[in-house]
Amino acid sequence: MSVLIYAESAEGKFKKVALELASYAKKVAESLGTTVTALTVNMTDTSELGKYGVDKVLKISNDKLNTFNAKAYADAIKQAVEKESAKLVILSSTTDSLYTAPSVAVALNAGFASNVVALPISTSPFVVKRNAFSNKGFNQTEITTDVKVIALAKNSYGLKEAQGAATAEDFSPSLNDADFSLKVENVEKMSGKVTIADADIVVSGGRGLKGPENWKMLEDLAEVLGAALACSKPVSDLGWRSHEEHVGQTGKPVSANLYIAVGISGAIQHIAGINASKVKVVINTDAEAPFFKVADYGIVGDAFQVVPQLVEKLKEFKTNN
Amino acid sequence: MKILVCISHVPDTTSKINFTNGDTEFDTNGVQFVINPNDEYALTRAVWFKEKQGANVTVVNVGGAETEATLRKALAIGADEAIRVNANPTDGLFVAKQLAEVAKKGSYDLILAGKESLDYNGGMVPGMLAALLGVDFINSCEGLEIEGTAVKAIRQIDGGKETISGNLPMVIGGQKGLVDEKDLRIPNMRGIMSARTKALAVLEPVGAELATKAVKFEKPAPKSACKMISPDNLDELIDLLHNEAKVI
Repeated sequence: MSVLIYAESAEGKFKKVALELASYAKKVAESLGTTVTALTVNMTDTSELGKYGVDKVLKISNDKLNTFNAKAYADAIKQAVEKESAKLVILSSTTDSLYTAPSVAVALNAGFASNVVALPISTSPFVVKRNAFSNKGFNQTEITTDVKVIALAKNSYGLKEAQGAATAEDFSPSLNDADFSLKVENVEKMSGKVTIADADIVVSGGRGLKGPENWKMLEDLAEVLGAALACSKPVSDLGWRSHEEHVGQTGKPVSANLYIAVGISGAIQHIAGINASKVKVVINTDAEAPFFKVADYGIVGDAFQVVPQLVEKLKEFKTNN
Repeated sequence: MKILVCISHVPDTTSKINFTNGDTEFDTNGVQFVINPNDEYALTRAVWFKEKQGANVTVVNVGGAETEATLRKALAIGADEAIRVNANPTDGLFVAKQLAEVAKKGSYDLILAGKESLDYNGGMVPGMLAALLGVDFINSCEGLEIEGTAVKAIRQIDGGKETISGNLPMVIGGQKGLVDEKDLRIPNMRGIMSARTKALAVLEPVGAELATKAVKFEKPAPKSACKMISPDNLDELIDLLHNEAKVI
């Protein structure tokens, strides 16, 4: 009857979204009068999950799962659900989890709701609130199947520490060759940099910066904040920055705690992609830029003066705090 | 190669989003509908396979009669024929089951869909369709090459990309990058004329229970006005971010 989560990890550490998922699942499990079981893959030390409310950990150790494989992971999650007789599966909204989630839902003949942004509105019937229409509306969705799958939007619940420790046991789902029919030939991944998907703070630059040679100050700003760097569509189209950094409707979605837009006017397609971010700061020379309408804090000013000053002041702030 | 492209009929990004009937329905009044942008990348790649590798391209949509204009646009862009499953697409699993029926009947080699639609942003249907058909699935695909039955695809991952190989039949959840944006097509007059005479079949849905239902919609709380800070007073910004917003 427990609530089952898949706790994502990378390079031997749980991702922050996994701890958020544990925090959220604990609260939901309490209202259902049950416990939280977490599935982990190739993690040795899983004790951290207990601090965020997980009661039991099912540890998979299998070298074939070192590279993410949506089909095999879905198969493993399904078997864990059956073993635990779980009625609710909660996944995060990373690229990998959203890749495997639909297969999990089909395997369990479960209704699936993604982009969930809050605790369930009610548990019987089971109704969740979801982002829709590119963050321009919310949709309350009832899941009517016996087993239910939901995916929690990043940064929508936060981390909540709990009292307790998780028990751990080894789990060896039976995976067959068909699970591995797709082969990952090559992985290119930024190392040592905060990715847009994982970042709490994102610093983003637009055409207002006039050219790629002016990005150093944004890199400095990102560094002092521990932020990921992003850019608007024109900047990526002009080749000033790599396509990897393009955020917006057709680029990567951003749901950061803090989004700082420098020299971006705020086209509707850009805002659609970043609007799930909690706090938005806009720095622009044009007081009429549409971005100010959706921002929390705005500075009308020249980025070439404001940003370097801000970097210096933030360095000072970081030393004192 | 027979290709099926799944098309969603969605409000244009610039549309005002409103709800009606006691906030239980999306208000389509005055809304311009378009081919879902992620689907448009998928469709354009399919048409490329048609022109360069002799593929045959069918487009399919689950929706009411009002979505036929969107299917005609897909035909004008270059698809050979269209299918509309006459049902309201409210639940991902239900839609995937309808598409699976169409896919089985047509025995397609490749099924392309956008990785998510712009209206409900669910991102569920392509993966569910693959699972229902028991075929391989690559999501967030931003590059696709096919030689015979061999597939080579680029998948976007958090912080990078990976190259995946496999074999048809397969379902692909596509996005920007499948084709360059400059290669997206605006239908020309010849395309629009020929689209009028291409086949558009209407099928009744197969019975499938709804696994989810939209109970109610709401709009985000009205935003409080942006606090303006003088560029000469950046300490105030830092103070607000630290003490008020608590994000640094």
